[in-house]
Amino acid sequence: MIAQSNLAWRHKKAMFFRCFCIGVTAFAVFILGLLIYQVSVLGLPWLDAQFLSSFPSRFPEKAGIKSALLGTLWLVSMTAAIAIPVGVLASVYLEEYARPTRLTEFININIANLAGVPSIVYGMLGLAIFVRFFQLERSLLSGALTMSLLILPVIIIAAKEAIRAVPGSLRQAAFAVGATRWQVIRAHVLPSALPGILTGVILAISRAIGETAPLIMIGALTYVAFVPEGPMDEFTALPIQIFNWTSRPQEEFHELASAGIVVLLLVLLMMNALAVYIRYRGTRAK
Amino acid sequence: MKTRTPRYLENSLQAVFFMCAAISAVTTVAVIGILAVETWGFLQQISLVEFLFGTRWSPLLHPKSYGLLPLLAGTTLIVVGASLVALPVGLASAIFLSEYASERTRNILKPVLEVLAGIPTVVYGFFALTFVTPLLRIVLPDTHVFNAASAAIVVGIMVLPMVASLCDDAFRAVPDNLREGAYSLGATSFEVTTRIVVPAGLSGVFAAFVLAISRAIGETMAVTLAAGATPNLTMNPLESIQTMTAYIVQVSLGDTPAGTLTYQTLFAVASVLFLVTLCLNIAANMIMKRFQEVYE
Amino acid sequence: MSSQENIILSIDDACISYGGKLAVRNVSLPIYEKKITAIIGPSGCGKSTLLRSLNRMNDFIHGCEQSGRISFRGEDLYDPGTDPVEVRLRIGMVFQRPNPFPKSIYRNVAWGPGINGLDGDLDDRVEKALRQAALWDEVKDRLQDSALTLSGGQQQRLCIARTLAMEPEIILMDEPCSALDPVSTARIEDLLFELKENYTIVIVTHNMQQAARVSQHTAFLENGVLVEYGDTDEVFTNPSNKRTEEYVTGRFG
Repeated sequence: MIAQSNLAWRHKKAMFFRCFCIGVTAFAVFILGLLIYQVSVLGLPWLDAQFLSSFPSRFPEKAGIKSALLGTLWLVSMTAAIAIPVGVLASVYLEEYARPTRLTEFININIANLAGVPSIVYGMLGLAIFVRFFQLERSLLSGALTMSLLILPVIIIAAKEAIRAVPGSLRQAAFAVGATRWQVIRAHVLPSALPGILTGVILAISRAIGETAPLIMIGALTYVAFVPEGPMDEFTALPIQIFNWTSRPQEEFHELASAGIVVLLLVLLMMNALAVYIRYRGTRAK
Repeated sequence: MKTRTPRYLENSLQAVFFMCAAISAVTTVAVIGILAVETWGFLQQISLVEFLFGTRWSPLLHPKSYGLLPLLAGTTLIVVGASLVALPVGLASAIFLSEYASERTRNILKPVLEVLAGIPTVVYGFFALTFVTPLLRIVLPDTHVFNAASAAIVVGIMVLPMVASLCDDAFRAVPDNLREGAYSLGATSFEVTTRIVVPAGLSGVFAAFVLAISRAIGETMAVTLAAGATPNLTMNPLESIQTMTAYIVQVSLGDTPAGTLTYQTLFAVASVLFLVTLCLNIAANMIMKRFQEVYE
Repeated sequence: MSSQENIILSIDDACISYGGKLAVRNVSLPIYEKKITAIIGPSGCGKSTLLRSLNRMNDFIHGCEQSGRISFRGEDLYDPGTDPVEVRLRIGMVFQRPNPFPKSIYRNVAWGPGINGLDGDLDDRVEKALRQAALWDEVKDRLQDSALTLSGGQQQRLCIARTLAMEPEIILMDEPCSALDPVSTARIEDLLFELKENYTIVIVTHNMQQAARVSQHTAFLENGVLVEYGDTDEVFTNPSNKRTEEYVTGRFG
């Protein structure tokens, strides 16, 4: 009843398809690996103490990323200081306090959609509101506020998910002994949700470290030979410096850019490793 | 379960939390408000028809002209090219991850995907300009220094991890008992995957595709660096073009005073960008939600 | 046991383990052609594992290992030369929870014959399978509706029809009524009586009344060990083992 040749052919198709999927995946991983390898080979010879401790320069051999690195550090610290508390508290409200009204639903849908708005549109918002309307100029504060708006949806979505994963029985047990809502959240919900929240926060901060377009929009400088000393100072950042070097025609500046990329990728890799570690510990604890 | 003791602290905390959550709504209103006001100012001087259907975009050089089509064509070229790279490869990788990979391989590849998805776009721009373009010029000597193909390939590589990850999630959400049912009818792994798992996860796959397209439309740095700054109305991927995002960057790198028509073009272009990506994101979220409902 | 009964499937000294944990120990069991064999036992006794080994569904379970010999019409199911796809073509399975594909009712039944390129008119085959599964009258006017619109009992009968459309030689049923209400269960039991005329059926069940009602042979498993096997009447009325007696009279399980 069953044609054997048919079955053999079907097995061949299955085998071919399996090999095809494996091959495509391996190829994709290989290409991405190749790109990272290439950029490392190009950049590593330039990566030394002088590169890290010098200001940008017209002469490639004297140029470095001191102002960019410190600018990024300032920017990211300020962004974290603004976005983390606001994001976590917003998710606490949405998961623990908000009743399922249409306003809540609107806010939730709105956050999901904000997460997909192109970063350059946040740059336009920062330009119009913080730089022009509040006259914060091209300051670190403008940059940090813009970045905060950009990563808030990411933090809120991750924190909401982490909070939702805390079992309801834990809350009820605490309410049953007469705790107020805030006491329950502070003593039980947030500690349980912490690994998930931290993972989301780290990924969001990683995003802020790498974003370029919004900073260009609000007018972060591309040539800075000083270190910012306060939130109202002008600044540059690592991705901006990389962009600047990449867009120059000379080969040496491309090599400088790849050295900058190596630094940027190392920072991001460490952040990711931290996130993976926290999540791993979090899942093991459960 | 609501506490009946009226506590000052409890209530004021709740108000603070609410304000944090409301920031997102305020952000949206601010984005729409600002885009609308400046675009309105722009449309007072340039008619909507001219803006949307004009075939020449030259707001910086005389004779000035404000037809969006060249920028739309540039963005379309990038999106189509990136989709050709990211969608098939992402889908095949996702099938590998969910149907063929061992648990160990998966546990390694999933975090790797996450890391790759987090590589900043400026880095991809660098890849495009310094690796992909030279390679293209060896294979196809007609290729311009700045060209759409190189940027499109790199944008495709950039959204690939997201596509693979989301499609993998969609396939993993297909219950195992459907696979077992199919195998018990004498199906091969190919038939189970292509005729049961992929169709069952199709709306998740669509959502991933739509999100990828939305990301490609909004992508800025790679196209700014590699695709050029010449708003050509062309469908030739080997030529230099300009996307909507690249135009915005080009103008803001210079110093444009507020209130001028050039300043307003930024917001008019950004409005189109925002509306298109918003529609795509809403569509993706709706598809995703319906998909989740099927299996809950 | 009368001599006209043919052994279609013979399990000899089967051991099955998951990741080093032994789930089925040295089970030997004959399955007779065109009879219903029930496998009963407390939950976790290995009865589903044993059943799944009969059409190589355990292949998909990571770390599942098998020893001993299971032969189907004299051929070793686990011989390296045996094609597991062909095994499943000839030995079908109905699962614990109804698992219709998210496709139309028609396509669910036509799916197996379609991919396997079975001869004959597909419409006839679908109608015949649905009639055999006593579902035809309920669905004949809505064949293009999604299978997910059917009730749980109808879905399970659809899954049976899906298996019947393949005309397998043996049908394995893994607690097919455990997710169903009593009325649906009764309908499926009626169905089993009719199917017995043409098919060999092995049914795993935790419902002893069901085993007693539908089967001709019964195997009782406990902790992966075959405690007793025999004619159903014997096992239920005059068991030779004390544990079997305790189980069938409801003292544990």
